[in-house]
Amino acid sequence: MIYLQLLWVFIKIGVLGFGGGYAMLSLIQHEVVDHYAWMTTTEFADMVALSQMTPGPISINMATYVGYTAGGFGGSLLASFALCLPSIVMVYFIIRLFLNKKGGSLMNNLLKGLKPAIAGLIFAAGLAMMNAQNFVQIGKGENNISIVICVLAFVASYFFKANPILLIVLSGVVGFFVY
Amino acid sequence: MKTVFQLFITFLKIGAFTLGGGYAMLSMVEKAVVDKKHWIPADAFWDMIAIIQSLPGVFAVNTALYVGHQVAGRKGAAAAMLGAILPSIVIILLLATVFREYRDLPVVERIFKGIRPCVVALILAPSLRMIKSAKVTWKTAIIPIAAVILIWWCKVSPAIVILAAIAGSLIYAIIMERKLKRNPSKEVKP
Repeated sequence: MIYLQLLWVFIKIGVLGFGGGYAMLSLIQHEVVDHYAWMTTTEFADMVALSQMTPGPISINMATYVGYTAGGFGGSLLASFALCLPSIVMVYFIIRLFLNKKGGSLMNNLLKGLKPAIAGLIFAAGLAMMNAQNFVQIGKGENNISIVICVLAFVASYFFKANPILLIVLSGVVGFFVY
Repeated sequence: MKTVFQLFITFLKIGAFTLGGGYAMLSMVEKAVVDKKHWIPADAFWDMIAIIQSLPGVFAVNTALYVGHQVAGRKGAAAAMLGAILPSIVIILLLATVFREYRDLPVVERIFKGIRPCVVALILAPSLRMIKSAKVTWKTAIIPIAAVILIWWCKVSPAIVILAAIAGSLIYAIIMERKLKRNPSKEVKP
């Protein structure tokens, strides 16, 4: 049963995952945290950090991690494979239709139209993680540290395009000394 | 057979050594596929990447499948895809096993307490950058705002939001095309 659920969830994500790994993150969060409750919101945040810090495509990293958490070794292989399945079908059957100027511009226009919605999707994923589990003890004295880390990391990432791995490592160091 | 094996090794290296997601690996793929092995000429490679970027799914996997297929057919596609995802699977499996064993240790918990708010920032930042690059105006700002409210507040599945957005942009594209036909002298800008 869990295998069927993993298969269905990640095939769906492979089909609807327009716009890169972060767009998929929102889809994964909804299924994994809200719908099936395979992970808590803290585990999800930890998984995103680990997937970001390790080599390879972030979405494959997350699929493997979710699959492992929900269904062990078999689950991890199944989830990663399910995520690739729509791509395999696409390459064999559909890609020839799109790999010309007309099809290409159609897909590019579609993605352009989708971008504002995808941006909203990703933002919502971030908002959903801004909770008491991930931001420790909001309101009590020591705590506003979580907010400080978040704001500083945001400024470094948005305005200065800081390396995300460096930011994760630095905030880990801060956490080690502060908490 | 030799080419199939080379495809596997090439994408295995790319999967094992590129940090920072799909787009970071692009220059590595170009170096290997275009410059070193001469599998695909540069112009054809970039034309293909422009289209693959707009397709759904994992960008690295789509690229591997397409390059593999061009170079050595179905076997090539399978070899390149496996090469691209194998390092991820192995590394994450090892890491997940270790992490789930030790995540309750106070030291690990302290480190991750610091990391979690940073992860939130790392998700919010690219979404705002995307809004900027999509040239969202005050009028079209309703789209991302509606998406956020639907997903975050109303708990609507993001899958539904994406499907609705696909329908919306298709309808928009059709209307624009008709306007252009009726009024060919006037260029309609979205």
